[in-house]
Amino acid sequence: MSGYEKYVDLKRGLVSREIFFREDIYREELEKLFPRVWQFVGHESQVPNPGDYFTSRMGEESVILCRDKKNEIHVFLNSCRHRGMKVCLYDEGNTNLFTCPYHSWSYTLDGKLQGVPMYKTIYDGCLDKAQWGLIEPPKVVNYKGTIWANWDPEAPDFLTYLGDAKEHLDLALDCRDGREGGSEVFGGITKWIIPCNWKFPAENFMGDTYHNPSHKSVDLIGIGPSARSDVKGRRDNELEKAKHLWINFPQGHGVHSAIMPEGEEYVESFKDNPEVEAYFRHCFEERRRRLGDKSRLRPFVGTIFPNTSFHGNQPRSIFVWHPHGPTSIEVWRFFLVDKDAPKAVKDFLRHYYMRYSGPAGMTEQDDMENWNYATAASRGTIARRHPYNYQQSLGASKVDDPVPGNVSLQVSEENPRALYNRWRDYMEGKGWDDLLGRNDPMYRKDA
Amino acid sequence: MTASLSSVAEPPADQAAGAIVEVTGVDRLLLRQEVEEFLYREAEMLDSRRFEEWLDMLAEDLIYHMPIRRNVKYGTHEQAENTRQDKDISWFDEDKWTLRKRVEQIRTGVHWAEEPLSRVCHQVSNVLVGPVRDMADGSREVDVSCRFLVYQNRVEYETYFFVGKRNDVLRRTAGGKWELRRREIILDQNVLLAKNLTVFF
Repeated sequence: MSGYEKYVDLKRGLVSREIFFREDIYREELEKLFPRVWQFVGHESQVPNPGDYFTSRMGEESVILCRDKKNEIHVFLNSCRHRGMKVCLYDEGNTNLFTCPYHSWSYTLDGKLQGVPMYKTIYDGCLDKAQWGLIEPPKVVNYKGTIWANWDPEAPDFLTYLGDAKEHLDLALDCRDGREGGSEVFGGITKWIIPCNWKFPAENFMGDTYHNPSHKSVDLIGIGPSARSDVKGRRDNELEKAKHLWINFPQGHGVHSAIMPEGEEYVESFKDNPEVEAYFRHCFEERRRRLGDKSRLRPFVGTIFPNTSFHGNQPRSIFVWHPHGPTSIEVWRFFLVDKDAPKAVKDFLRHYYMRYSGPAGMTEQDDMENWNYATAASRGTIARRHPYNYQQSLGASKVDDPVPGNVSLQVSEENPRALYNRWRDYMEGKGWDDLLGRNDPMYRKDA
Repeated sequence: MTASLSSVAEPPADQAAGAIVEVTGVDRLLLRQEVEEFLYREAEMLDSRRFEEWLDMLAEDLIYHMPIRRNVKYGTHEQAENTRQDKDISWFDEDKWTLRKRVEQIRTGVHWAEEPLSRVCHQVSNVLVGPVRDMADGSREVDVSCRFLVYQNRVEYETYFFVGKRNDVLRRTAGGKWELRRREIILDQNVLLAKNLTVFF
């Protein structure tokens, strides 16, 4: 049995507690996993003008997202090539040059090393400036406004990596009326520390529908968009009659989406504000007109392998579970809205998002508590001898039926099983054919 | 872009204009006494988990705002350090209805983030009484700033210190009752160093 096979046994539905706790496994993830995956860095709306920058993060490392004078978007490691000091000290802003506070080397907005003090006397003939620009990930993409980067020069392009998860991620990124793209991010990126391993929330957002009763307290009181009209629950139940799907993909992504019945009319879901209700009714009808039958697909949640997750509709955000130690994460959440939505709609959604998500979010607070103490309880010597149970709906999925991917029509842990399946391949240093699941029997239609 | 509320002297943009009143000498001493007692009584209600009585101390038109803080370049703090009330995502930007929901949630007994309940201690200090305004409806508003240290201890070892400044507007209604009209909570953190914000500030 190879090194990592002993931690992940998909046939019997068992995953070892060790992988959520051990420092050495965590260090291996930082070497073998995060440098090869596509990671969400930010949104183009955060850097609208030349010179704008937003300091972001990939793995444990600080990166700069910026727009240069030619309007091109770049991602750079936030570290001077000379002796490492951050060249960008601020969360966001606008600048002409990134200048290092230590020895004043300066870099242009497209990452070139420009200013080296006393160059003529002490560096001419020793330093080839062209070789010492800011470190850039070899692959950066702008996908419908979201900026992703990958440190692996051999990595497949983003759309190949995304595969059939694209259609589901699009549900979060496209306009509510069916136009492609068109989103922007609200000012104010929430960043906070949770004492848990990053894989707990990553798998939670693949559609851990089973944990729904944990949110009983928020459902009892009602905080959804119709809560002031006395509707209980944390979101409106517009998908009550929908067929739910839990789908995982060969690249390791997993989503929970739903297909509305044919001929389904608009379900009122923003009862607290008639203007907002009218807007969403209009969006529903426009989307149906534009997309036809495809408009029946609606999102819940998803995780793009390995640690970028999204809420597709109520609420609507994209977020990253940044590794911050074997039992710690720093979450960064970016709330999305249609750029051209009316102010009343943006305000309404903003308030809903704030009371739902994040450390002050009445729904999410209970998730944080569970992830925290589940991790804490898994540290013990005896605890770690007993693997976690991932047996839910084993064998109950079908490939490409009724949609592309490995599909479960009942509440299932097949999605997390797929995550750890692929995680294991990265940790064993497999090639891209394997990492894209091209040889994986799990995704063979006649398997 | 609305300037962030960092000084007591400037009234918030949403304030209906009131007539500034000069309060001096013994009157000012008595006013300070009333204000401090209000703030300490508030802390007492929260620390003893008398959440309904705390809600009674809040005005129906309360604005409760805790901005997210950013690390920004020298000279840009006024515009860019704090997220804006009524525009951006903040830690809290809410009203009494939402705060009441939070209390209701704790009282379900199955809000796991507060089950079992945290042990919380609010320390309020550095109270400064700012401008006083007499309003058209017979109420009186007072700008008050202070410092807070909210200590939260949870389960066995979980401990958080939330430290910062508060810029409040207190209202004494025409009937003589004091209530909290507006609160801006300036938490001195950038990345939040707590997993949850289940405490009231």
